[in-house]
Formats: sequence, C-alpha cells, structure tokens
Amino acid sequence: MQPSQDPSGRLLLSGNEAAALAAWHCGVALGTGYPGTPSTEILENFGALGGKAQWAPNEKVAAEVALGAAFAGARVICTMKHVGLNVAADVLFTMAYSGVDGAYVLIVADDPGMASSQNEQDSRRYAEAAGVPLFEPSDSQDAYDLLHIALEASGRWRIPVLFRMTTRVCHSKSPVRPRFPFGAALPPGAAFAGVPAFVRNIAAHVMVPGYARPAHRLLRAKLDEIQLWNDAEGPNRVERRSNLLGIITSGVSYHHVREAAPDASVLKLGMCHPIPLKALADFRASVERCVVIEENDPWLAAGCAAAGLAVEAKDDSIFRFGELDVDRVLRILARDSRPEPVPPRGRPPELCSGCPHRSSFEVLKELDCIVAGDIGCYTLAALPPIAAIDMMIDMGAAVGMGLGLRHVLPPEQARRVVSVIGDSTFLHGGLPGLVEMAYNPPSTGHVLVILDNGTTAMTGQQEHPGTGRRLDGTATYRVNYEDMARAAGVKRVFTVNPVREKSKFKELLSGALSRDELTVIIACSPCILAAGRILAWEKRRKAQAASPPGEPAPA
Amino acid sequence: MGSVPMKATVKSAINIRFAGLGGTGVITASNVLADVAFRTGHEVRKAEVHGMSQRGGSVQSDVRFGAEVHSPMIPDGCCDFLVVLEPSQADLVRAGLRPGGVLLTPADIPAARLPSAKALNVALLGRLSRHFDFPEAVWNESLRAHFPARLHAANTAAFELGRNP
Repeated sequence: MQPSQDPSGRLLLSGNEAAALAAWHCGVALGTGYPGTPSTEILENFGALGGKAQWAPNEKVAAEVALGAAFAGARVICTMKHVGLNVAADVLFTMAYSGVDGAYVLIVADDPGMASSQNEQDSRRYAEAAGVPLFEPSDSQDAYDLLHIALEASGRWRIPVLFRMTTRVCHSKSPVRPRFPFGAALPPGAAFAGVPAFVRNIAAHVMVPGYARPAHRLLRAKLDEIQLWNDAEGPNRVERRSNLLGIITSGVSYHHVREAAPDASVLKLGMCHPIPLKALADFRASVERCVVIEENDPWLAAGCAAAGLAVEAKDDSIFRFGELDVDRVLRILARDSRPEPVPPRGRPPELCSGCPHRSSFEVLKELDCIVAGDIGCYTLAALPPIAAIDMMIDMGAAVGMGLGLRHVLPPEQARRVVSVIGDSTFLHGGLPGLVEMAYNPPSTGHVLVILDNGTTAMTGQQEHPGTGRRLDGTATYRVNYEDMARAAGVKRVFTVNPVREKSKFKELLSGALSRDELTVIIACSPCILAAGRILAWEKRRKAQAASPPGEPAPA
Repeated sequence: MGSVPMKATVKSAINIRFAGLGGTGVITASNVLADVAFRTGHEVRKAEVHGMSQRGGSVQSDVRFGAEVHSPMIPDGCCDFLVVLEPSQADLVRAGLRPGGVLLTPADIPAARLPSAKALNVALLGRLSRHFDFPEAVWNESLRAHFPARLHAANTAAFELGRNP
C-alpha cells in the first residue's frame, strides 16, 4: 500500500517501514532474518519495495547467509528480535573479528516492557561484548537516516554493525523525508554501485587461532578509530537550552525527554557504541545537573560513571523494568521513587476461537500430560483456563527440556512427559533436539508433538521451510517432518489432524505414552487466520500445475 | 541543582486514543486518522503495540497531531478524545481522558443502522470527524486507501452515519 504522504512529500512510516525504505535506497543486495515481534515488518516491506528478502529457518542461519553475502562484497541487512540475537550470537562475536568486505547491518529489535517477548534483554550489551558499533534510532526519520550512516560506517571500517530498534520505534509511525520520491526509480548511481565478487582472503575469513589473534587486535584498533569518529562527527546531537539541566539520552526516550523537559539541554546519541566519551564529558561540563535517561539497563549511565562523569541515573529498582514514557521521565527527573500507579490490566490475549491448538491442548490436558512447551501462539495454552503448558523458555527448548524431565523423573511421572512445539519453532530450534532424542533416548522413551498449523502464526503468519512458500509467497521445497523424524532415528511417526481426528489424536498420544519408545506425532491443522490464504494458494498452485506450458496460469 | 520541569504536555498536540480488542479495527481506525491528519499538513505521531494483539486481547493505539509532537505515546490523563470500539474496554481506559475530554463509545452509533457490525470503527471515525475541520473528501480518500474496494460503499454509509446521524 502507498504510504501516507503530506503536502511537502514526507511519508508517514513506521520505524520498520522506514528501515526497509532506507535499505532499498542504499542498494542492499540481500535482506534475511527470522520473524520476531517487533522486527518482522522490516523484511516484509523491503521485499514489497522490490528488495531480495527471505526468511531463514533461524537467526543464526540468517546471520551466516548475510555474512557470506557481505564477504562477497554486498551490502546486507539481517533482521531479528532481541532474543534472536542470542541464537545468532555465535556468528556475531567472530564476524566482529573477521570483518566484512561489503557492508553488514544487523538490525535487532528490543522489546522493553515485553509487549510480546519472554524477556527484556538489552542488546547494547551485545555491542560491547562482541565489539561492534551500535546505532540507535529514536523514530522513523532516524531509522531511515541512521541506516544510511550505519551501512556507510560498516563499509568504511569493514565491520558488521548493530542497529538497535525497540518496540516503540519499530511500530510507531512518524514523518520521514526520504532521499528519493516513494515508488520512483532510483537515479543511476544513487544506490551502492559495488558488484559482488569473490576475492580470496583466507587470513581474513578463516578464524583459526593463528588468524584470529591478529584479527582481534585489528578489531580493537578499528573500534578505537570509530570511537574518535563518533566523538568528532558521529550521528549525535547537542540541543543547547537551559544550563541548569542537561539530559543524555538515546532511542525513543529522546522524544519522551523533549516533552517532559522542553527547556532542558539534550545530548541525543544516535551511536551508543563505541561510546563518544569526549562528547559526553563536554556536555556534562556544560550543565549544572546532568541526568541519563535510558530504557532497560543502566548502560549509558555506567559508561559515564566509568569515565568519571558525575551524572544521575534513573532509580533502577523501579525504572529498569518496562518501557519509559513521558510520565516516567518526569518521575525520574523529580527523583520520585515512590511506587508507581499500577495501570489497570486489560484482557490478555487468548487462542482464537476455532484455533486448532485448542483441540490439541484439550487432549494433552485430558491425558494429564506434563508438557514441555515452546514459543508461539500455543504458549497461550499456559494461561487459564487451559493451563496445560508446564514450562517455556526459548525457541526449541521443548524437546530438550522434555528429555531432561524424562531422564530423571520416576517412571510413572516420566511417562506423562510430552514435548510440544510449533512447526516454525521446530525448524528454528527443535531439530537438534530431535537428533538428541534418538541419540540419548530416555529409558521411558519420549513423545514429541509438532503442532503444524502451516504458518509462523504468532508473528503475523510468515512463511517458513515447512510451508512450501518463500517470503514473497512463491513456491519452494517443502520440508517433510515425517521424513526428518525417521532420518533422525525415530521409528514411530504419525500425522493426524487434531481437530477433525481428535479421538484418533488422543488414541495415538495415549498409546505413545504407554510404551517406552520414541514417538513423533505431527498434529496438522491450519491456523484459522491463515487457512483461507493457504487454501487459495494451494488451489492456485494446482491450477498452475494443470495448465499446459505456454498458457498463462490463473491469477 | 537543576530545575525539575512540571508536567506540561505539548500544547499544540491533539491526543486521540483508540481502544478495543484484537480484531475490532483499532489499528485501522488509528491509521486512517493519522493519515488524514498527515495529508492535511500536521505533524503526526502514532503508537501502538501489536503482535499478540490479534489473539483477542486488549489493543490500544495513540494518535497525536498538531504543530509539534514529541512522544508517540499520550501521557497519563491527557487524551482529548477516547474512542472505544468495544464496550468492555471503556472502564479500562477511561482514566486516560483529560478533564473535559470526549469519550466516544459504540453507544454513540445507532447499531441497527450500521451496514455491518465490522464497520463500527469507521462509523466512530465519522462521529470523531465532527470535532475536527478536516475536509470530508480527505476522509473519504483515506478510507478508500485503507480498505478493499468491496467495502467502500459500506464504509461510506458507516462514516456518514457517524458524521451526520
């Protein structure tokens, strides 16, 4: 859809849409990632604009595909939510050493307040720990502009960079003045003109100890140089107003600050790592009282304190939890640490009426199963009145946790344990667990139920390798869960519709629990929200397959 | 010791909060209003939290427009307008309204005359539109841009029902 446009040609975009538009305008050759709220729409929009965008089975694979492209000299973006970066962290820490030949921006979307996440970890710590630069946009215009700068910096220093967005930046809309009119062809030479080509450089790309030791020194030298650049000409801004109060801030907090303290001087950081110490010190010296306003961890505050700057930080016994807003910024500035008013609780989300997961969990509950669960819509089955999931930690954990329970519980309890995981989550993080299941089977056996609803439902119905469709909906190979389970070494493998064949599902499950063997049950019934779309696609594909070559397929 | 600012929201911004449940049209309604304000030359910021929201839980979306807008989220008790699309959500969000602010609920729309229950959000936009001087043509343009063609006639009727009952 054409975005809103104002009379002066600005566009009203979400942060995710703005980042996608910037990637398109910067000539990004490949965008890859794994869906995760609030990051998902970046790749969807990049694809809709005409960019090459694809979903990977998980964030680690996405980060590696992007790295190969960046080794070949291309500009790439890789997108994920904050917990996805945990999965991709192995890549991040060592590609910081190797560096890249093109440009690589890893966009990570944090979720302060956990609107749709299992924790509120702060990705700025990854920038410091891995030793990569980190940019932090405050709104959509910032997301658009800073992505240009991030790609340029990545290319200039041949280093992958992190681009930290947050829920309020990703999903809030604000005006963007783009460098090219929306939808217009980019002028020749406007986009990155580099043509990917393979240049052999074994010492730079093979991180064995002999090459990694000098690479680590090179990384630290790059970071020293980038710090000087960030201090001198980084995307940071001093807004000089009152000398009485100065506020150091970044991200969406900047906008809360502008509203809560319109007369305060502000140092707004667009690049938080390497931290611009001189800019911070100069700003500190220019005001009487200096307060750091930041969401999540006291990261900037700790950086200032380490540099010996006398700045005030928020009271982390209160304000470390949840996102900030204008009212909380006012309380921080007033040093008001009284308990905050508790907002009324809204109605929690629940499984849709007609959702196939309802039927699956009714059966699991009827059989009094101990359920090691996983991440997806079905996690809602942990809440009353269903309350039939006993543990959920991270993507793929259902399989491993279930096996661990089976290994140590007394047999009569162990035989009630079932691992339950969704289709997209199984392909993301559950596959190694399946291999473990056959490699180290518990003495009571185990039962793995894959809830195959034919989509990545939770994040808004994205495609994955089990749907047979790519990000743009075109046909591709569709993995076969039964074959996978058998190849891993599980002999008892069944596919059943948990809605239409509910009693058969119950029989299969109860039979599996009563024998000390390994069983995989694929409970296959489409997501009620996606079912119409999936059906229409299947029809179209059949019609296309039936139409003789040369004739146009029905639209 | 620096000065501690008093609470003062941006004077020129008008704050509208939409509230409902997933699937009641909260996000679309807020998109249409933000679009109309933006097309007519205002600064606009809009916030929402979505993700798990389509699973029937409470959903809210804030639209702020005027000559100058900073935070995308409306501060506590600063809503000039509260548009509630699902009656059960009214009590939940009522405290967000500033003294003298306007609360619009489904009760403001004669349900029997709605072309479809789904069009309630558009009817409430019509009701809300009476408080602003945006040209009706811009509203219609925006509604057409946000909905598939098969819904245009019903939406025009619903908007009209709210705007000129």
